[in-house]
Amino acid sequence: MHSLKRKIAAHLALVAAIVLIGGFLSATLVRLAPGFDSDERELDPRLNAESVQALRDSRRQSDNIFRFYFHYMILAAHGDLGQSLALGQPVRTLLRDRAPLTARLIAIGLSLAWAFSLTLALSAAWLRLSIYDTATTILSGFFLCMPAAVLALLSVLWNAPGSLVIALIVFPGTYRYTRNVLLKAYYQPHILAARARGVGEARILFWHVIPVIMPQLLALGGVSVSMAIGAAIPVEALCGLAGIGQLAWQSAMARDLPLLVNITVLVTLVTLLANSSADVIGAVIRGQEV
Amino acid sequence: MKRHSKASTYTARSCSKALAVILCAVCFCSAALAQGGELRFCLRSEPKTFDPLKVDDDASGAIRYLTGGVLIRENRQTQQLEPELALSWKVSKDGRQISFRLRSGIFFSDGTPFSAEDVAYTIQQLMDPALHSPTGDTFRSGIGSVETKVISATQVSIRFPAPVAGLDRLFDQVAILSEHSLKKEMAVLGPFMVADYKAGSSIILRRNPYYWKTDAQGRKLPYLDSIHLDIQPNRDVELLRFKRGEIDLINSLDSEYFDKLSATSPQVVHDAGPSLDSEQLWFNQAAKSPIPGYKKNWFRSTAFRRAISEAINRDDLSRVVYHGHAQPAFGPVSPANKFWFDNNLKPQTYDPETALNTLQNDGFRIENGTLKDKDGNSVVFSIITNAGNKARERMAVLIQDDLQKIGIHVNVVTLDFPSLIERMTQTFDYEAILLGLTNVDLDPNGEMNVWLSSSENHQWNPSQKVPETTWEAEMDRLMRAQASASDPNKRKEAFDRVQEIVAEQQPFIFLINKNALSAVSTSIHGAAPVILSPQTYWNAEWLTVAGK
Amino acid sequence: MSLGQRLACAVLVLVLGASFAANWLAPAGYARQYRDATDAPPSHTHWLGTDELGRDRFARVLYGTRISLLLAPAAALLSTLLAALIGGFAGYAGGAWKRAAMAITDLFLSLPWLFLLITARALLPLNVSPVVSVVVTFLLLGVLGWSSAARVLCASASSLRSSDFVRQARAAGIHGRRLFWMHVLPNLKPVLFAQFWISIPVFILSEANLGILGLGVAEPMPSWGSLLKELEGLVSVGEEPWRLVPLILLVIVVTSFQIVISNQEEVAA
Repeated sequence: MHSLKRKIAAHLALVAAIVLIGGFLSATLVRLAPGFDSDERELDPRLNAESVQALRDSRRQSDNIFRFYFHYMILAAHGDLGQSLALGQPVRTLLRDRAPLTARLIAIGLSLAWAFSLTLALSAAWLRLSIYDTATTILSGFFLCMPAAVLALLSVLWNAPGSLVIALIVFPGTYRYTRNVLLKAYYQPHILAARARGVGEARILFWHVIPVIMPQLLALGGVSVSMAIGAAIPVEALCGLAGIGQLAWQSAMARDLPLLVNITVLVTLVTLLANSSADVIGAVIRGQEV
Repeated sequence: MKRHSKASTYTARSCSKALAVILCAVCFCSAALAQGGELRFCLRSEPKTFDPLKVDDDASGAIRYLTGGVLIRENRQTQQLEPELALSWKVSKDGRQISFRLRSGIFFSDGTPFSAEDVAYTIQQLMDPALHSPTGDTFRSGIGSVETKVISATQVSIRFPAPVAGLDRLFDQVAILSEHSLKKEMAVLGPFMVADYKAGSSIILRRNPYYWKTDAQGRKLPYLDSIHLDIQPNRDVELLRFKRGEIDLINSLDSEYFDKLSATSPQVVHDAGPSLDSEQLWFNQAAKSPIPGYKKNWFRSTAFRRAISEAINRDDLSRVVYHGHAQPAFGPVSPANKFWFDNNLKPQTYDPETALNTLQNDGFRIENGTLKDKDGNSVVFSIITNAGNKARERMAVLIQDDLQKIGIHVNVVTLDFPSLIERMTQTFDYEAILLGLTNVDLDPNGEMNVWLSSSENHQWNPSQKVPETTWEAEMDRLMRAQASASDPNKRKEAFDRVQEIVAEQQPFIFLINKNALSAVSTSIHGAAPVILSPQTYWNAEWLTVAGK
Repeated sequence: MSLGQRLACAVLVLVLGASFAANWLAPAGYARQYRDATDAPPSHTHWLGTDELGRDRFARVLYGTRISLLLAPAAALLSTLLAALIGGFAGYAGGAWKRAAMAITDLFLSLPWLFLLITARALLPLNVSPVVSVVVTFLLLGVLGWSSAARVLCASASSLRSSDFVRQARAAGIHGRRLFWMHVLPNLKPVLFAQFWISIPVFILSEANLGILGLGVAEPMPSWGSLLKELEGLVSVGEEPWRLVPLILLVIVVTSFQIVISNQEEVAA
């Protein structure tokens, strides 16, 4: 019990370290990228020299990245995530207002994507018809080749929900991995032998195939969360959905450092959470097997 | 008020006739149509502020136009000043002082009464040196503080430390705040007020129950109950929603979409003719730029810049990129700016042969189809423009093809806006930029910082300690002269000469003036799209929605 | 070789062949602007019509194929290899190695790489040749695109570590690098093939999207990505179905790739 506690503590410490490093690296990336010091408003010919200078000075406050990050961490520890440069609102309010929409979008999108891929992959594995396989390849290839922006526009055109677009962007990837892994499992000698002996399909699937592919599927499940987050950016931006994805795009284009750092920290946290839970579930399952 | 010459008085008169007809039509329509209804359209970005004094982006500007009450309004159709909250005004001879006589019995949207004190308060807030807003800066002509004097509840005068050219026109941008209201900037004097704001998605404006204007029948304006604004940066989605009837207006419509819409429903699209906006190309002449010296020599050569200008087929830019909904541009002022446009400017004809001759006279030569300078360097340069603006990307590719014909190899590079601005204003690491200027101000004073060689916004060679060329020195002198003169004709004379210098020297190679294109749903009555922003809803308080 | 596989190979050879015969099939070239015939529908002179600047779409598809069909698979291969090395090794080695590699992978999945790409563009000169720009772009895509596959690979390799045949191999005295290359990596094929296949179209599209940062193929050169991006003004595609040709072609090519791989994969299994 004591060692379990220690393990959990060590794991949490690792998570915290990665999140902090992620925030710092993202701040550095943003800071080093060109355009950090510049503001579109500088081009307004009505502004006089002092105002342009004031605009620049307001950006230079975060010139020293170490100082900025240290300051950010101290404030964050007190629950203050800073103020967005571009939108002039507290980052905390912005994130709090927009997170539910993105969470819902990604949750529904992922569930749909997994429903599609598992259905297609399982049917492909059971049927083992090359025509069916080619058809599903063409279908998933079609969505893979379609620019995300086009899918998003079509969803607006047909009044389809944004989560469906996320599902259609994510599913070709998850389907392809699942199908390949599943087929590989089905081709294993002992499963071929079991089939030859006339063992039922359901039994083969649940007793022999799923245990073999579970670790990969779980890892894929964790990674698909990142895929969905990536897909949410163009979908929200184009469909006019006020979520974190739209905010991420806006803040990137405005080089809104405080907002970007917080979004990266949030994304890192979600990614870590998804992947670690996949790992933990995997370990538990393996533990039971042994 | 006297600034318009005879040439423009005629147009102004015909415009006011047109306005009278429209207003009659509005009255007629509104007699037939009951009041109420909701107008819906899209803002292309999130408004950065609801404080009218801090406005520095289009979306906030739109909110200010619809909600803010101003003393003087520039009529977007006639381009003339009209009294709003001020019954009358007077600018002193020295151009330093303006006195207003105000309407009485006016209330803010929360019921707080409006008086001269609010005007004084607004001006003091606006002129606060720590505010740094474009609206405030336009009034800042000299060092010193601004004095406001409240004479009575309906009389106020404002004195500036130095003359401000075109002073009265600037008040079109100043929405009056309430000194006493607890709702601060959310208490407004305009026809609408912000009722709901969902960050990142929508804003709802409701009619201001205290709005003072009435129509000829004595009915209170505005006719509309509310305006629903969706924040939608994507133009394709905007068009889609317009086609589906989910929104009623599109401002500054892309020419491509204009043609698509006009093919199916010609009655909804409007081409108001050339707008004030221009698109231009310029070469980097900054001494501190890190580009190679021989390239700087090309860019600093008048002959080189003129040759490039001659070698660009502006008719094709207008025809191919804008489907004919743009006019070739030759100078800094759009012909739409009726008073200030210099009618003596000669159109730049497309003539690659003359261009090549000009270059050869300047020491360039053609070798195996490539243009080389006198030291044998091939003439290769890059044009950068902001990514995502299809029209600019296409213009750059057409120019690339045009210049290939005189042996010049152009690389087109699209950059995200912040990277482009950094190269343009800080590192000066670029060769040529293709960009547009959005002109909101008819008066050349608004562009003072573009033409003065000492200014940061003097893009081709900013922040010069002393003018590096004689023509820039002359432009500085002329710009200062027009700013301090009070006689509009003298000012025009000076600014005409500036336009001629620009045409001779081509520091900015002006390409086209876009037409002001818009779409208005047939269910909206009373709309009369114009070239000035906000094109379609400048008369929002008079608009009505059919069937409501 | 099955019939399907032969057919798929034939398609790939045909498409690649056509792209190399572009000079002969579309002699006008991809940059020639027929300014009096912009946005034209297909005709005998322009088989796929012209684009908004009057350039022959057929020529642009052919020339675009050259770049995209060569570089996208190359970048996909690079990212697959990186994923195999990092993910496979981490899973196989286990313990602290695995934890460290997965921590790095998680970071990679979450960082805003957009800014690295913007910086990369700033480091390149403005007058960079289009070929260099596009090669750099695909290289970056390959280098940055491995992380999600690495996680799945790590899970696969982990489960292989404790599998019977690896134990048997160990017992037979096969260790270290040899065990990894000979026994672990080949068993990761299903995931590797999936990663390779998915990456091709993803990279082709990303290249076009990076155009907004000044990376990727520069005008007037075409790429499949830039041709697909034209679909974004989709409102009229219903009336102009020939605009879908680049999309259909890409789907056909990607499917052919999959068929070629898929057969080998089943043979391998």
